[in-house]
This record gives sequence, C-alpha cells and structure tokens, in this order.
Amino acid sequence: MKILVPVKRVIDSNVKARVKADQTGVDLANVKMSMNPFDEIAVEEAVRLKEGKEHHAAGTASEIVVVSIGVTQAQETIRTALAMGADRGILVQSDTDLEPLAIAKLLKAVVDEEKPDLILMGKQSIDGDNNAVGQMLAALLDWPQATFAGKLEIAGGKATVTREVDGGLQTVAAELPAVVTVDLRLNTPRYASLPNIMKAKKKEIVTKSVADYGVDTADRLKVLKVTEPAKRSAGIKVADAAELVANLKNAGVL
Amino acid sequence: MAVLVIADHDGAHLRDTTHKTVTAAKAISGDVDVMVLGQGASAVADAAAKIDGVRKVLLAEGAGVAQGLAEAVEATVVPLAAGYDAILVPANTDGKNYAPRIAAKLDVAPISDIVEVVSADTFVRPIYAGNALETIQSADAKKVITVRPTAFAAAGEGGSASVESIAAAEAPKTTFVSAEMVKSDRPELGAAKIIVSGGRALGSAEEFAAVIEPLADKLGAAVGASRAAVDAGYAPNDYQVGQTGKVVAPQLYIAIGISGAIQHLAGMKDSKVIVAINKDADAPIFQIADFGLVADYKTAVPELMAALG
Repeated sequence: MKILVPVKRVIDSNVKARVKADQTGVDLANVKMSMNPFDEIAVEEAVRLKEGKEHHAAGTASEIVVVSIGVTQAQETIRTALAMGADRGILVQSDTDLEPLAIAKLLKAVVDEEKPDLILMGKQSIDGDNNAVGQMLAALLDWPQATFAGKLEIAGGKATVTREVDGGLQTVAAELPAVVTVDLRLNTPRYASLPNIMKAKKKEIVTKSVADYGVDTADRLKVLKVTEPAKRSAGIKVADAAELVANLKNAGVL
Repeated sequence: MAVLVIADHDGAHLRDTTHKTVTAAKAISGDVDVMVLGQGASAVADAAAKIDGVRKVLLAEGAGVAQGLAEAVEATVVPLAAGYDAILVPANTDGKNYAPRIAAKLDVAPISDIVEVVSADTFVRPIYAGNALETIQSADAKKVITVRPTAFAAAGEGGSASVESIAAAEAPKTTFVSAEMVKSDRPELGAAKIIVSGGRALGSAEEFAAVIEPLADKLGAAVGASRAAVDAGYAPNDYQVGQTGKVVAPQLYIAIGISGAIQHLAGMKDSKVIVAINKDADAPIFQIADFGLVADYKTAVPELMAALG
C-alpha cells in the first residue's frame, strides 16, 4: 500500500504570532518555522504502518511519499519527514500563500499522478486554523473521508478510524482509497536520529511548480486586514479563597 | 438572497448552537431556512421551526446523515445549494467534518470559524490560535461558512415556520461502526455558564475527579481540562479546551493547575471572567486572569468550597 502524506511548514507551535503594524498579516520574518504538529503525527502513523509498529501488521505500507506545497524552504519540512522514515518527497513550489481550495486542487493533481491507496494528513494547520484541506481533497477525489482520527486500523481494504468527536468517540470504516486526517492523540511522533537525518539527505525530493499542474489557484478570499484581538485588562491577585468568592459575587458571575 | 443553516442536535433536542448560527445567518440575509439532518428527528425540526425569523425547515432523514457521515451530508446538501447564497454550519466537530466537503463540491472557498459578520461577503475569523483576527472578503457567489457559536447571541423563540421533508442521501463507501459517548449529568462544555478546568498539576485521574468535579458540581459548572491533563489520561479527550479541543466563552472560567499555554488560551480567552489558581506566580495564565490566586490547589480548592458555603 502506498501512502501520501501532505505536510506544511508553519510557525513553530511554541512561538506567539505577532501581527504586523500595517495590519497586512502576521510577521514571519526571523520566526522559527517547523512542521505543522498534526502533520508530524500523520508522518509518524505512516511510518508505523510501514514498520508494523503498535497494532499495525508489518509492511501494511510499502511506500511513503511526502508532499509539501510552499516556498523553497519547505524542503526542510520534507527532509524532516524523510528523516522520520518517509521514502521520498515532492515539493510543489509556490512563493505565494495558497488557500485551502487551491491546495486541495494541487494535492488532487499529485494524487492523480501518484495513485496512493491512503492519504494521511493533519486535521488542521496551526497558522490558518481552517481544518478544511483533507475534507476538500476527499470531495474532489470523490473518496470517503475519516477526519480527526484518534485510532487507525487498516484491514480488508478499509481504514477503520476512531474519530474524536464532540461528546466522545465515533468509529467509522472507510473503503480505500480514502483520506484520513489525524488528531493529536493518534500517536507520539518520534525524533529523527542523527543517522536517519544523514540518510534522509540522500533521499529524493522532486521539485515541481504550481504551473506544472495546470490548476486554477486564484484566491477566492481577500484579506482586508489582520488585527490583534482585544487585550484583556490586567486582573488582580487575591489573597485567599474568601476574597476570591467576594470578588466573583461582585462581578455578578456567582 | 437566502441562507441555509444546518442544525446541530442530538437526535431528540436542538442545541442552542443552532440558534446562535441563525443569528449569524440573519446578519447576512432576512431569508433563513434551517435544515435538520437526522432520523426520527421530527421533534428537532419542530423546535427549529420555532426559532424566531426562520422561513422554513427542511427535514432530511436517513441513517447516513443521522450518523453525521460527511459523504451523506454533502450529497444531501449540495443539490439544494442552488437556492442559497450561503450555507452556515455551527463550527463543531460535525460541521467541521462536512462543511469543507460541501464547499469543495461547489468549488468555493470555505470560511472557517467566523466570529463576526461584517457584511454579506465580509467576515472576521481568528487565525494563529486566536493570536490574530483576519477580516476576509469572499469573491465566491456562494459561501460555505462555519460559525463559532460562542461569538454570537442565540436567536429567540416565537417563530412558526413550516416543516418540509426532503430526500437524504447515503454514503456508499463509509460505514458507521460504533459510538462511545461520554455520559455526563453536568452542563455541556460548549453551552455552560461556568467551567471548572483542571491541568497537569492535578497529577492523576483520581485527583482530577476528587478535586475538580466536586467544585464543578457545587457551582453547577461543566468540567474542562488542558491538553496536558487529557494527554496524561486525567480527563477524557472531549473535556479538552483549546485550539485543538473546544472553544468556550462562559461567564466564569476557573483554571486550576493550568499554566496557560498559547494553545489552551486559544480556547478560553473570550470568557467573561477568568480565575486562575496556580502555585507558580509566573504562570502565563495570570496574565489574562481577572482574579488570580497564587496557592497550591490542595489548600485553595477546599477553602474555595468552604467559602462558597
């Protein structure tokens, strides 16, 4: 089984985003960038499917292809996935930030070429917070989808996925090929070891451009401005529980 | 210009997230229809018909849509899209699951988790874990939008719309296997007026249950948790408040033993009053708390229980 894993280079999750003074966006100059945390979980699960780790049968996955759409530096993100155990990478170079619809269309074009049996990807990126690309890709391909996966089993031509939903867990079975988007608790991603980082340097990354796919990537949404959310006014420290309760009663919330 | 709102319900009761989404819809157009997807859900449709300002209710019943399978919902909603300029869905896990799928089928850009309707084509939504707000204008003729319920007031009752049955599609390639829902007598996290939330400092599931739950029960509050507490197994997944869990905005949010990581704050910083109880005076949570108590929860929570009488 061949698995395609889309990954995104985003602001590191420990960095607090700062809005630019001219309100055109978030300042990403000299900010630490990393692989989107949900995508790390998707890569880890793909590698486990190949290794037969945890509850997966060994060799469930035969090849793991990682794809990223973005600037040249997204190569580093692909390289990280290769060091974790993916086999080869594809970079679709784009100097502009593309919207989820355009990303989904480009990914569909990659899927049409690569013909994977399973697409494993993060449920959302921590920059745009859209939570949309996986669902859109599944729709464009007319494949079933299983989002917010907290547990994944591959058997009998199906992906059986326990989804993290409001109020609890739901298990669905999706016929392969399918798109599965992963949630935080699916696994704990590994750190790439130094030998694997060295080996990853020899693995292939093919660079393509958006133009290679003949896909309409025009923006549908115009960002009018990006602003800082209202700041909360500074609070007070109370000395003890009694003072706390008195303050809450005063504020009308008790 | 008409707007379709897809209702949020549990099969028997309409959730107030639907009323809140109707409020957002009314800011776009005066003609608001509500669609109820379910099975044996006529009571839900009747409840939706009573929401003030609703033009009509569409009831689509079938197994696939009742189980919230995205493929079935998409195939049910897309053929009706021609009659609407916008489709609005509460941004809960169901809505997030199917709304982008509908958008892709309609070849439009989905707009996720809006917190404000500026005009019929312009919306505000949080990005970067709520550290920035983006105002976007859509060029699409049709819009598919998920609505953050906590950002809108609930539409009132008093309507008397008609209920119309329509055909529901199924999902041929996806099968529902099972559901395991957390049973709770407490208010729902998303709708609660007060939330008591616990973090990693609690140290164990037993301690979490022994400290957080009695306080929540005393206050009639829902129980929340930080990701650290959930990951450590102290609380179930669906208690998680934050960027990747639930976004809440209660009247009162009490954070106990929670340091206040960016991802947690993304889920609760719009609460009206925030209380932090933490023994680390430098914990980031104190920067946004209205009332902070620097103390060990082991002594502070029993004292708080006593002070509440």
